[in-house]
Amino acid sequence: MTLKTRIDARFEQLKTENRGALITFVTAGDPTYDVSLEILKSLPEAGADIIELGMPFSDPMADGPAIQLASERALANGQNMIKTLEMVREFRKTEPDTPLVLMGYFNPIYHYGAEKFVSDAKEAGVDGLIVVDVPPEADEELCIPAMKVGLNFIRLATPTTDDKRLPMVLQNTSGFLYYVSVTGITGVNAPDISDVLKNVARIQGQTDLPIAVGFGVKSAEQVREITAGAAGAVVGSAIVREIEANLNEDGSPQEGLAMRVKALISELAQGVRA
Amino acid sequence: MTQVDNIANSLMNGPDDKGHFGLFGGRFVAETLMPLILDLEKSYDEAKADPEFQKELDYLLKYYAGRPSVLYHAERLTEHLGGAKIYFKRDELNHTGSHKINNCLGQILLAKRMGKTRIIAETGAGQHGVAVATVAARFNLPCTVFMGAMDVERQSPNVFRMKMLGAEIRPVTAGRGTLKDAMNEALRDWVTNVDDTFYIIGTAAGPHPYPQLVRDFQSVIGREVREQMMEAEGRLPDSLVACIGGGSNAIGLFHPFLDDKDIDIYGVEAAGRGLDGPDHAASLNGGQPGVLHGNRTYLLQDDDGQILEGHSISAGLDYPGIGPEHSWLKDIGRVNYVSATDKEALDGFQMCSKYEGIIPALEPSHALGFVKKLAPTLPKDHLLVMNLCGRGDKDVFAVAEHLGMNI
Repeated sequence: MTLKTRIDARFEQLKTENRGALITFVTAGDPTYDVSLEILKSLPEAGADIIELGMPFSDPMADGPAIQLASERALANGQNMIKTLEMVREFRKTEPDTPLVLMGYFNPIYHYGAEKFVSDAKEAGVDGLIVVDVPPEADEELCIPAMKVGLNFIRLATPTTDDKRLPMVLQNTSGFLYYVSVTGITGVNAPDISDVLKNVARIQGQTDLPIAVGFGVKSAEQVREITAGAAGAVVGSAIVREIEANLNEDGSPQEGLAMRVKALISELAQGVRA
Repeated sequence: MTQVDNIANSLMNGPDDKGHFGLFGGRFVAETLMPLILDLEKSYDEAKADPEFQKELDYLLKYYAGRPSVLYHAERLTEHLGGAKIYFKRDELNHTGSHKINNCLGQILLAKRMGKTRIIAETGAGQHGVAVATVAARFNLPCTVFMGAMDVERQSPNVFRMKMLGAEIRPVTAGRGTLKDAMNEALRDWVTNVDDTFYIIGTAAGPHPYPQLVRDFQSVIGREVREQMMEAEGRLPDSLVACIGGGSNAIGLFHPFLDDKDIDIYGVEAAGRGLDGPDHAASLNGGQPGVLHGNRTYLLQDDDGQILEGHSISAGLDYPGIGPEHSWLKDIGRVNYVSATDKEALDGFQMCSKYEGIIPALEPSHALGFVKKLAPTLPKDHLLVMNLCGRGDKDVFAVAEHLGMNI
């Protein structure tokens, strides 16, 4: 890939500001399309440097309870791939700069048609993809088509990715590398940050790509500690839990939900600002 | 007769080195699991080449599981249906009451060989869970079985058996609390406990090498049938029938016969309340190719690629996917995939009990439901083998309820 993407530009900009990136995750359509769009639009101003937008899936095998429930809420309220791409288009109408990465599982993409999906996603204003269950061994499925249309394909490296395997993981990765802080699922165990940073340094020895760290990151303090040694920190489940905490008993969103999520993001953003 | 004359190579060679059966199979898992799966593949290849491994497995299959299971001429059923000569492969006579033990013995030996100290598994009806708990007890390894909360309620006798065998049961409430959710949860556990844990998958699905190794361990069924039929009739059978959920008993029976082009092969899916509605578990007849649980295969899914729940009277068949080798065998036309409804399975259940004095599990009752239709259309010298892959003790409460009887 030769063209500079919004993700590349954002990391360059942050480098000049001498700070790390706050990367935030929410699930598209959680709890409803309208409230989810309101949250999405508020993220850049609240201090999110890069946005991960989850494509809900019925069987989110790599996710803990918080994001599982977010997926269920979104699907129950009628979210689907077409609406998720529509949401990105709406977001892009007012937000030209903040990178947006779609994150999820392969089956809804495969069912949509991988080639059509990458081109529709690019057209909607998506900058990158994180698809958990497509390893480098299956690059031709999605990674190569994504690269061809100019989308970054962001791969996960994990504590089980040893030095021997790392080059394969890095090979077609672009935008940034997502380092998974723990062996496990999202939003459950807290990472041992000194361990994580050792691994980040080890991996950074083999790549110039920015490395962001996610899984189990929930506080501004952790964001600060992580971005002391990594280019970015990803917060997901903690944000999704804030959405869950602001639902009525019947699952409908409480008044002011989006504002409270925005407040949480602002607080987290302090972790990447002095 | 199925036409496979245009396929030059053996149909028994799959999968390729990346785990593909044609379009299907593969390894669609999170990066955390990739190194583990590659390690498993390597260990399995080594084990296959080690005569000691096979020797130990053979010993356990014979003296612990009770193999070979007999090939039995179902004389009264043959007479009743008035067509093909029907044989049952009696895999319900194995220790633990189903074919599941064949695979579990193979996998636990692999776990031991790899130095793993903890076993996990998913289960639907509980037959696989019981077989896993059994081998874990036998080899003194702690065992956790993930089971949908709904299935825990529906299958209480098997839950109790597993507990007696020392397994910990984790009821899964995520999703809708059925087999596919139990498999999700087992994968979540595995990704969290990567160092010490071996995941014994129960069906011929999942990421490569699972579909292959489960098939290999189950193929003992078909290999025995070849020998036993030669002994009984002096020739190979004319047709094979087995029920299909994920497809492990079926692939075990079918695989050693795939290159015998004159043999008709039938896999019987669960048609639930009928294929014209949403309440069935027939992934091949009512699904589309997709990616779930580490492999590409036919799946029950909606227009957005969200996975649907399967329905069947049998908790062992209500999985929305199918082993990838079956998906391939469907597409190349080597195996005929048919279906039987809940009602046809209940009929098969009663027919087998009444005419043969064998109470079958609800899973092979689907195969029986199809045999009831097929056998009368065939000549008397046609040799039909059906895999009676499980016994029905676990199902008597469910069947009584469906028949409106109080027990």
